[in-house]
Amino acid sequence: MKILTPEEAIKNNAYKNALTELLYQLADDDFILSYRGSEWLGLAPHIEEDVAFSSINQDTMGHAAMFYQLLENLGEGKMDGLAHNRPANRWRNACLLEKVNGTGHYLNEPKYDWAFAVCRHYFYTSFKKIRMESLKTSSYQPLADAAVRVSIELFYHQLHWKTWFQQLMLAGGEAKTRMEKAIQTVCNDFGGVLGLGSLGESMVTFSLIDSEETIKNRWNCLMESIFEGVSSSLPETLGSMNGDGRNGVHTQDLEAALKTLSEVYQLDPTATW
Amino acid sequence: MDNAISFEMLTEEEKYKHFIERIEAKSKIEADDWMPEEYRKTLIKLISMHGISEIMGALPEKEWVPKAPSLKRKLGIMAKVQDEMGHGQLLLRVAEDLMKPYGKNRENIMQDLFTGELKFHNVFHMEAPTWADAGLIGWLVDGAAIITQTNMLDASYGPYARALKRICAEEVFHAQHGESIIMALAEGTAEQRAMVQDSLNRWWEALLMFFGPGDSSTTGTSKQDITIKYHIRTKTNEQLRQDFFTKYIPRVLSLGLKLPDESMRFDDESGKWLYRQPDWSRFKEIIKNKGPKSESRLRLRKISYETNEWVREALSSRSSGM
Repeated sequence: MKILTPEEAIKNNAYKNALTELLYQLADDDFILSYRGSEWLGLAPHIEEDVAFSSINQDTMGHAAMFYQLLENLGEGKMDGLAHNRPANRWRNACLLEKVNGTGHYLNEPKYDWAFAVCRHYFYTSFKKIRMESLKTSSYQPLADAAVRVSIELFYHQLHWKTWFQQLMLAGGEAKTRMEKAIQTVCNDFGGVLGLGSLGESMVTFSLIDSEETIKNRWNCLMESIFEGVSSSLPETLGSMNGDGRNGVHTQDLEAALKTLSEVYQLDPTATW
Repeated sequence: MDNAISFEMLTEEEKYKHFIERIEAKSKIEADDWMPEEYRKTLIKLISMHGISEIMGALPEKEWVPKAPSLKRKLGIMAKVQDEMGHGQLLLRVAEDLMKPYGKNRENIMQDLFTGELKFHNVFHMEAPTWADAGLIGWLVDGAAIITQTNMLDASYGPYARALKRICAEEVFHAQHGESIIMALAEGTAEQRAMVQDSLNRWWEALLMFFGPGDSSTTGTSKQDITIKYHIRTKTNEQLRQDFFTKYIPRVLSLGLKLPDESMRFDDESGKWLYRQPDWSRFKEIIKNKGPKSESRLRLRKISYETNEWVREALSSRSSGM
């Protein structure tokens, strides 16, 4: 089955519901993580990294915009409204991706944790690449087309974060200790990233994406080989410690982020900015 | 080889004469060429200040990156601030090459910034409390930067001139990005228009100060004469300020904005803009890191430097062990 247009997709209510739910997950994951990345701007470990990290954040926010556009085409409302004007319980991103970068605020005493940034981005990007591969054969053709475009850029993102992950893991000493702590923090919530939420089964039945289990196995395989290379092992349990973002259960971190990222938009949501 | 040996045999005076002949013939000086101490020191000061200003200059706009009001604006301002960091990197590499004979590197540049030895541009010590400031910085501060930097595109020092060529090309996009934000606000609601006017009023004095004082009577010293002598720049601070007025005053007025200086006018007789001088004693305070945001922006850079110290250590231990 191939659905070629939004008009066709909205004819079947169950299909449309599963599709929009999946698109919110894709868009919100990328948007909120690139927002966290944008808070790092000017604060990265060195100037060269600031430039590279910012490129990745721009790509990632660009991907979010592509998915919001697909939602807009399905009648969900204007993409800027979707990104700047939804209450937290309507967000479908995984809680790991909304988590603050460290202590402090980006304008006031930002003591950001680079080990956490590296692990979160590396694990997520590896997952995202697998997710995009799966979406390339999605029954919704506009999504399959978007996945092809996103995938091309992910090659460089993955290479970037893998280089950081390996260098810091192999450096030993304080770096290794910090990285191991960060790996644990990321794994405590990575189950939430891999999840498809309450409409997951429907997404799989409609051939929108592969099952949670399939994607999880592929991700595990990939990570195990990477961990072997740095003489370490992936923690056995992947949890959802801080909430169930796929079903709209979020943390205070998201509330605060939404307030900041929509501060100007909310001055007048009807104005042209 | 023979030329190299014979050059080494020249006296310092003869080397200096040869150097001046080269720059007067518009030949470019390269990093490994002989250059007078005064020239090298002037360049180090100028270029490291320019580089670090790009990096510190990212901070006022960075305040607005996560808050930009649409996906398009978020992407645009992120790319813009990234460019500024990229310019900083490019310029610091140029400065680092010049500092090599003194055994200094980027670490020294950062330390000099933290101690206050190395200054960053006076315009980046100012507050940016509204979204209109994010637009105004792109439009008028980058617009002013284009004017200053275009003045040095033919600088006698090759690596700096080449870096500036690339930087100026990108600055043109920045000015357009800023102008687009400002135009959306100027054509928007009454509140949005008030926001732009308020921002222009706030930045006016800083924009006048941007080009520096007219002569050394204000701050006691001025590098204008030395940089002109060595063919690093061609115009004086005041000439650049006048160029800025000529380019931007009509644009400011065409957007329906009021000039914050009601006495300002173009004098046909002298062919110059007449304007109220900014408070230069305030300028002197600002460049001593006593501007409204000097301390908090330096603090941000310092926190990032300290918090990430373990990363730099890990990278250096790894490269030395390989």
